[in-house]
Amino acid sequence: MEKTEEFTIKVYSENHIGLLNRLTIIFTRRKINIESLTTSEYHIPGVHSFTIVVNTTETMIRKIISQIQKLVDVMKAFYYHSDEIIYQEIALYKVPTSALLETNEIEKLVRRYNARILEVTPEYTAIEKTGHKEETQELLNKMKPFGLLEFVRSGRVAITKPMKELAVHLQELEEATNYTND
Amino acid sequence: MKTNDEKTAKKELPAEGTEITGSEALIFSLLKENVETIFGYPGGAIMPVYDALFDYRDQLNHVLVRHEQGAAHAAESYAKILGKTGVVMVTSGPGATNLVTGLANAMIDSVPLVAFSGQVSSNLLGTDAFQETDVIGITMPVTKWNYQITSAEEIPEIVAKAFYIASTGRPGPVMIDITKDAQFGRMKWHYKKCRRIRSYFPYPKVQMDQVEKAAHLINKAQKPLLIAGRGILISKAEEELMNLVTKADIPVTTTLLGLSSFPVDHPLNVGMPGMHGNMAPNLKTNECDLLIAIGMRFDDRITGRLDDYANQAKIIHIEIDHSEIGKNVPTDVAIVADAKDALSKLLPLIKENDHKEWVESFRKEYKKEYDKVIKPARESKGSDIKMDEVVHLVSDKTDGQAIVVTDVGQHQMVVARNYSFKKARSFVTSGGLGTMGFGLPAAVGAKVASPDRTVLGFAGDGGFQMTIQELGTIAQYKLPVKMIVLNNSFLGMVRQWQDMFFEKRYSFTELTNPAFTKIASEGYGIASRYIEKRGDLEKAVDEMLATDGPFLLEVKVKKEQNVFPMVPAGASVSDMVTE
Repeated sequence: MEKTEEFTIKVYSENHIGLLNRLTIIFTRRKINIESLTTSEYHIPGVHSFTIVVNTTETMIRKIISQIQKLVDVMKAFYYHSDEIIYQEIALYKVPTSALLETNEIEKLVRRYNARILEVTPEYTAIEKTGHKEETQELLNKMKPFGLLEFVRSGRVAITKPMKELAVHLQELEEATNYTND
Repeated sequence: MKTNDEKTAKKELPAEGTEITGSEALIFSLLKENVETIFGYPGGAIMPVYDALFDYRDQLNHVLVRHEQGAAHAAESYAKILGKTGVVMVTSGPGATNLVTGLANAMIDSVPLVAFSGQVSSNLLGTDAFQETDVIGITMPVTKWNYQITSAEEIPEIVAKAFYIASTGRPGPVMIDITKDAQFGRMKWHYKKCRRIRSYFPYPKVQMDQVEKAAHLINKAQKPLLIAGRGILISKAEEELMNLVTKADIPVTTTLLGLSSFPVDHPLNVGMPGMHGNMAPNLKTNECDLLIAIGMRFDDRITGRLDDYANQAKIIHIEIDHSEIGKNVPTDVAIVADAKDALSKLLPLIKENDHKEWVESFRKEYKKEYDKVIKPARESKGSDIKMDEVVHLVSDKTDGQAIVVTDVGQHQMVVARNYSFKKARSFVTSGGLGTMGFGLPAAVGAKVASPDRTVLGFAGDGGFQMTIQELGTIAQYKLPVKMIVLNNSFLGMVRQWQDMFFEKRYSFTELTNPAFTKIASEGYGIASRYIEKRGDLEKAVDEMLATDGPFLLEVKVKKEQNVFPMVPAGASVSDMVTE
């Protein structure tokens, strides 16, 4: 059996209504769960990017990328192993301010985990931590005993280590394509 | 392209910049795309478009079907026969949901289709308004592309894009949902054909290094076998295929959807591969040293058990859809390109060759299959008429020149195995989806597409009843379709599997049928004939073919006949069974 790994998929597309649905259909058809998903406008105007994290085999991810690449509104799709990207997730924690005042444990955690306090009110304190999932998860576990009120973690954002730019990929694709059959 | 509709003066299209309604813009856009025929069914949310169509009914031939599914299948068939995009028009809600099976069928069989559905006004979207349904959401998995138009101004650009996407690259269905306010809205007329979309790469250029590798493999192969799929027909590469295989002396096996891409009576045609294909191409798949697959996707009904499929062979896959490369079968050389383009670049690099013994080995295998299976099935022996006898006779009587349409099931396989196709684009069937009920509306579409050729519509008694209402369409337009119902009072293919794999437990497969000929003749005024005696068969076929208008021939065939040979589900292509 081929081993299951974590892959990060990057999709660059037109910003069209419904495209997200078309993308997720490709995963649901093959019964693959999306672990995290982030969408945003790319730095090239009019281009949208998706960052999708899934656990599956490399054989499967190749087929999936091929099927994503085939979508009419998708310009280019890639997949990466974790060591081919630089990635982060952001987590927000809400704790009672009383817990912060009673001991200095929360303050220590904030320092040790390179987190930062966003807002302090008489009722609650909001804390932010950026990092890999394991790191934000670790801080979450540490925060729990202090009466954690709320927690949220974002989807992954990632930039890639390979230096070839999207524009170059697209230019190559364009040059390798005939647009009509005449 | 064709102007067979010039019986009335054409209304000129308005000058660019003229203010018109969205509905008119849709009609003019269709005319700009050289659409000649629409298969459709009106209803509340599409009425403005139908009203605009009324003024242009001489230029846009509208065929009123009896169910929206029929419109989709008719349009698919029309598209397959003519090699151009089929057009469907329906209303919102149930009109659109009734299309879904047809869209799914067109998607999996790569048929260019543009379907338009009416939609409630944009201010009502999402409110569960009367006959509102989420057409875009529902059709997303079964369309190549879909889009909802909510303003009149969008219509020309989106229609142009729809036709471009449906017909280019690997063709497929496109669904366009148009809100009622967009149909009523006003806009300034303009039209520009779509020639490219920046995120869409329909025709990958042929990579010459891959072609050279392929040529090298072909030139040194001792035992090559070529599988021709529907891609040959889509790209109209029949001639290139012929040139390649005759130059290099390569046996050709045509898939179910590739049938009629290569003449059945050609010495290099070795039959059909797959579950109910011929023995030779299946067995030889696991003996050949090179498998050249063109415009096909290694469907499981062709490959059987994947881990015992052509392991000994090098594999060349020529396919326009890159996502099909390596999806099921790993390849040694992949040429991702249009079949015609790839073949014409490959041909000059191919050496003339001779594989006499290898080709002869297919004939030997065929002889065995002929003696064991084909001959007994075609023979006029036994008390009951067999399906193969009927199809073989009809093939002879039409000299393999007819357009043949089938439904799905045993009769479909029997037709595929017994009709001697001589012309390209002559076979219309539901392949990937296996859609029962496809046959009758598809026969309608084929006849509309090709009024001058004989259209034979084969069906079983089960599938015929799934879309039997299209007899109404045939009667209304007096379409001279020749329908042949092979009636065994069973869902025959399911019964065959129950027989072979479920200990003959015939769970809900026996049918009590109506008198089909009475429905046709008394109900619809369609000439018909019912026969159950072998002695009446030839005369009835002659009568059917000699009749000017539509004709329904119902043949009572052997109740429990199994289609052989067969690669049982999950078995290897080497393990075909003949009984």
